[in-house]
Amino acid sequence: MARRVRTPRVFQTIWNTQGLARYLFLTGVLITGVFVVFALLAPWIAPYDFAQRSVDGVRFPKLAGASGEHLLGTNDQFYDIFSRVIWGARTALLVVGLSILLSAVVGVPLGIVSGYTGGWFDRITVFLMDALYSFPSLLLAIVFSFLLRNAIGGGILAAALSLTAIYIPQYFRVVRNTTVAAREATYVEAARAIGAPPVTVMRKYVFGNVVQSVPVIGTLNAADALGTLAALGFLGLGIQPTEASEWGYDLSRALDDVSAGVFAPAFWPGLAIIALITGLTLVGEGLNETLNPALRRRRLRPVVLTPREEA
Amino acid sequence: MRPDQDPVIEVEDLAVHYRLQGGALARLLGLETRTVKALDGVSLQLGRGEVLGVVGESGSGKSTLGRAMLGLAPATAGSIRYRGHDDAEAQLVSAMSPRALRGLRTDVQMVFQDPGAALNPSMTIERAVGDPLVVHGLASGAELRRRVHEALERVGLSPVERFASKLPADLSGGQKQRAVIARAIIMGPQVLVADEPISMLDMSVRAKILQLMLDLKSDLGLTYLYITHDLASAKYFCDRIAIMYLGRVVEIGPTAEIFAAPRHPYTQALLAAVPDPDPTRMLPRDLPRGEVPDAAEPPSGCAFHPRCPAAFAPCGWEARDLRDQLERYWAGSGLADYESDARVVGDLGAVGTHRDGGLRISTRDPDAAAALLDRARAADVTDPFWRGVTGWRTESDGVRIDLAPGQEPRLRVAPGGEGRVEVACHLHDPSVSHADTPGP
Ligand SMILES: Nc1ncnc2c1ncn2[C@@H]1O[C@H](COP(=O)(O)OP(=O)(O)OP(=O)(O)O)[C@@H](O)[C@H]1O
Ligand code: SF4
Ligand SMILES: [Mg+2]
Repeated sequence: MARRVRTPRVFQTIWNTQGLARYLFLTGVLITGVFVVFALLAPWIAPYDFAQRSVDGVRFPKLAGASGEHLLGTNDQFYDIFSRVIWGARTALLVVGLSILLSAVVGVPLGIVSGYTGGWFDRITVFLMDALYSFPSLLLAIVFSFLLRNAIGGGILAAALSLTAIYIPQYFRVVRNTTVAAREATYVEAARAIGAPPVTVMRKYVFGNVVQSVPVIGTLNAADALGTLAALGFLGLGIQPTEASEWGYDLSRALDDVSAGVFAPAFWPGLAIIALITGLTLVGEGLNETLNPALRRRRLRPVVLTPREEA
Repeated sequence: MRPDQDPVIEVEDLAVHYRLQGGALARLLGLETRTVKALDGVSLQLGRGEVLGVVGESGSGKSTLGRAMLGLAPATAGSIRYRGHDDAEAQLVSAMSPRALRGLRTDVQMVFQDPGAALNPSMTIERAVGDPLVVHGLASGAELRRRVHEALERVGLSPVERFASKLPADLSGGQKQRAVIARAIIMGPQVLVADEPISMLDMSVRAKILQLMLDLKSDLGLTYLYITHDLASAKYFCDRIAIMYLGRVVEIGPTAEIFAAPRHPYTQALLAAVPDPDPTRMLPRDLPRGEVPDAAEPPSGCAFHPRCPAAFAPCGWEARDLRDQLERYWAGSGLADYESDARVVGDLGAVGTHRDGGLRISTRDPDAAAALLDRARAADVTDPFWRGVTGWRTESDGVRIDLAPGQEPRLRVAPGGEGRVEVACHLHDPSVSHADTPGP
């Protein structure tokens, strides 16, 4: 019921945003939309598989220029650049989505329990989360991907998990602080007054009122997560080329070719990274601007007084 | 309460103290933190089927008393006993485990001041009102639905279909309060604590909600603790009234008796108060120096003594009162006086407690300080403070002021009133000498 009423209002708010902000937001939606289409339809758009080096037993040429067979050429690992870029969209969105989902799944309940129970548990978790938060995020991701590589290998899940660790503190902080405020609300006291045990109070009374800020954090983190994923790949710590196509990895492989005068293998994955980061940032900032009242600047419309009609 | 009945709830010497959070550093170092005595030695009994009003200014501890009855505010000392039926074993609420307390809440329920805040904004009315039954596993499915509809109908939210699926935001204040009441009665409780249930509602719906509560009382055999700022509604609604001041009950008795012959000076001031245009505030108008003292540092002796027009020798005078007295004197005297006096006593920090009892003004010019006291007293000789001062004399480095010994008045049966009125005031204690002690 609540959802059905609220969702259209959200879009309406965004739609009604005025001026430049609206065009930036729509541009972001457009760019992101293109990559979402790439990701969803990758098997049909990309002519080859992401780890394919030959067709019908004929090996692809190395570092070939653009041609009918290879729209954007091939790279030094004999991969088709166009296919890699398209499949890369799927990897990027999957990893980003998964990491945001996982960090919310961990951070939100932890924040609620910590904020609601308070006391020592709260102080210790806040301390740990603050420590995690103040760590440089790339460094953290590197540490986690090292650890995870031994445990579960260098696939999509491992990459998503390494990013998850970075973003948990953000959800935790926001949710914990809103919970601390909600704990004092009369409806929470009322829930205790009807005899609801703490778990029920948190689940039925606190949760629904503190998760509202979560989607905004998610969209804001998306661009950052993509950048970190690419950085991991660039350092060779991310997803292995045979597991999935990942732009950061392809970019790092292609750097030597650039000095040799072959630009395509570096240019296209690089462009994809920049474009998607831009798109996600615009969407995130746009949503934040309209949905987060604390950050929203009030746009006052001039009051127009209609002249009184002469009697 | 009729004497032939056992009380439903019996509160004895109840204290609820809140530790104020000091800074992070103070907590780390384990330093002493200030405590607010929200309740300090409250004793009263709630008779089966009666409406007991609790009246007092903001911060007097009314809500804390109500919350303590549900175990929502932890008792620091004293006890609360609950007896569900006349022949049931009394339960000690103040010592219950969290689980037992949750069980108690099928019997003791609460209605809140702000109906807009008391309902979960993201829960429909139907779910909100039925949640007590769900939480206690008392009903589910069609049975739950039936009982929710019955409760909604009972509080006048009908046709039920119109309200059941609404969110609180879609209801008016009065409708929300009806939903809150429905939630409170759905488990068939014995006692309802109503914490200012009408003070945030529009004038037009207040009487209707009070009428609803009266109907529910007679239909369901409820007992009410009715907390209010508003004496008019208390007069209309309550069988007995307890007047609270700074965490203590200062007078309690049958409504008619309290209104006809208020005994405590504070009660008298409340009754004399002009109705305040803002109904959420209640200010006794003709009290001298109207500030309610800080609950973290209540005045000694009778907590009301700094504001009491009838205060006299045993009411608990202390250094703060002398400082106030001097400040008032300077406010009324000229600037020249103030400047020469300021040279004698410095700032008011020079006024303190004497180690041998009484007060002391430290100064290098004791004679001038004594002369200041003479002048201050002469300027306002009728002020109750001087009734507590038995004399003063100069010492080598200051003036020692002797005070009559102060003591805290206990709640005791007042003379007259057929033994049904209790009051905490030395004026009504025959064992206290009432002769005003003259100054030097
Ligand atoms: N949870 C708490 N923590 C600290 N102090 C509290 C807490 N609850 C109440 N107090 C303090 O206890 C005192 C009594 O508060 P209480 O809410 O019982 O007063 P009240 O009579 O209901 O006032 P009002 O008319 O404003 O509702 C106040 O000084 C208040 O600041
Ligand atoms: S004891 Fe009575 S007279 Fe003395 S200050 Fe208190 S209320 Fe006034
Ligand atoms: Mg209150």
